[in-house]
Amino acid sequence: METNNNETVIEVKDLVTHYGQRKILDGVDLDVKKGEIRVIMGGSGSGKSTLLWHILGLYQPTEGQIKLLGKDIHRISFNEQLQLKQDIGVSFQSGALFSSMTVGENVALPLREFTELDENTIRIISRMKLEVVNLGGFHKLMPSQLSGGMVKRAALARSIVMDPKLLFFDEPSAGLDPVVASEIDDLILSLRDTMGMSMVVVTHELDSAFKIADKITVLDNGKNLITGTVEEIKKSENKRVMDLLQRRSRHDKLNPKDYLKRLTQENYTLT
Amino acid sequence: MTEDFIHFDKNDELCIIYVSGEVDLSNSAEVRKTILSALKTTPEVVVNLAHVEYIDSSGIAAMVEGLQFANSHGKTFGLSKPSKQVRSILELARLDQVFRID
Ligand SMILES: Nc1ncnc2c1ncn2[C@@H]1O[C@H](COP(=O)(O)OP(=O)(O)OP(=O)(O)O)[C@@H](O)[C@H]1O
Ligand SMILES: [Mg+2]
Repeated sequence: METNNNETVIEVKDLVTHYGQRKILDGVDLDVKKGEIRVIMGGSGSGKSTLLWHILGLYQPTEGQIKLLGKDIHRISFNEQLQLKQDIGVSFQSGALFSSMTVGENVALPLREFTELDENTIRIISRMKLEVVNLGGFHKLMPSQLSGGMVKRAALARSIVMDPKLLFFDEPSAGLDPVVASEIDDLILSLRDTMGMSMVVVTHELDSAFKIADKITVLDNGKNLITGTVEEIKKSENKRVMDLLQRRSRHDKLNPKDYLKRLTQENYTLT
Repeated sequence: MTEDFIHFDKNDELCIIYVSGEVDLSNSAEVRKTILSALKTTPEVVVNLAHVEYIDSSGIAAMVEGLQFANSHGKTFGLSKPSKQVRSILELARLDQVFRID
């Protein structure tokens, strides 16, 4: 699909959020264009999943503004919210399916919830999506009869069953073997190219990030450390970014007093 | 009740259904209905997609159902002139290998 227009489809401004007293996101901005694949990277605990949950409106931020498809998600009517839900596909880190339903019923669920399509149409669409993720013919199985990677792929099929405009993936290929992981990358690229979908993809896999990203945003301690094209990220001289690319774990210089407090004080909390 | 986005040319042998614009949840049921009723009265049905800019999965499903109906009733069903974009949507589910496309 043409991606020559400059329409912003995801706009996050100065997002601040706390879990209890702890500041988890500290002024995050994000600007994703139509047809763009934005990859979010960053160390474990840097706030990537938290950012996704907030963009999806599952958590209320302390401060900041979030617009999806031009609409402020905290200021929309019930009907606009319902429409937005249909325009968004989500595949979470845990990628769960409902264990009491067949794979096919799981994939068909959003169609039953949001549309009044004919039964035949619903069956064909959900099986088509299973074909797309290479699970053709698996619709009758129960989730417990699938491997971990197959469950992830089925969850992916469900996330695209409504042909959403926006897709959010939290580690779509974590725990998959390299061949399947690279198939998921190809799928992500063809969803952008054929349907013009815009996506935010959280991943730890560098190869995958470099292959699919139009732009990469690196989070560090709840802050946007850098945003740039793959080339720009690779060239970055920022030490934290370099650490991340080389997969070296970051060791802050130890503060012995603080460390001892953490080990011994009964009421110690992170701030 | 024929909407503007869909019309057809029909004789005893052949019905050509012309669809244009965007096919999505708001109008795919109409496409489905038109295809199935054409197949009931004509031996060959062709859906002309030349002026379709976007087709969603429910629209593709209408074509799939048409083909299935044709095959099981000894009729012929095909697609014609899909744009590059519509063709790539068909390819995503490998349906380019299932439909007769001219
Ligand atoms: N429900 C919660 N309640 C309190 N703190 C939380 C909660 N969820 C996450 N946190 C904290 O928020 C911080 C960011 O967590 P988040 O899950 O967003 O990290 P992440 O970047 O997705 O990490 P990973 O790569 O390991 O998935 C962490 O310090 C975590 O302990
Ligand atoms: Mg996470």
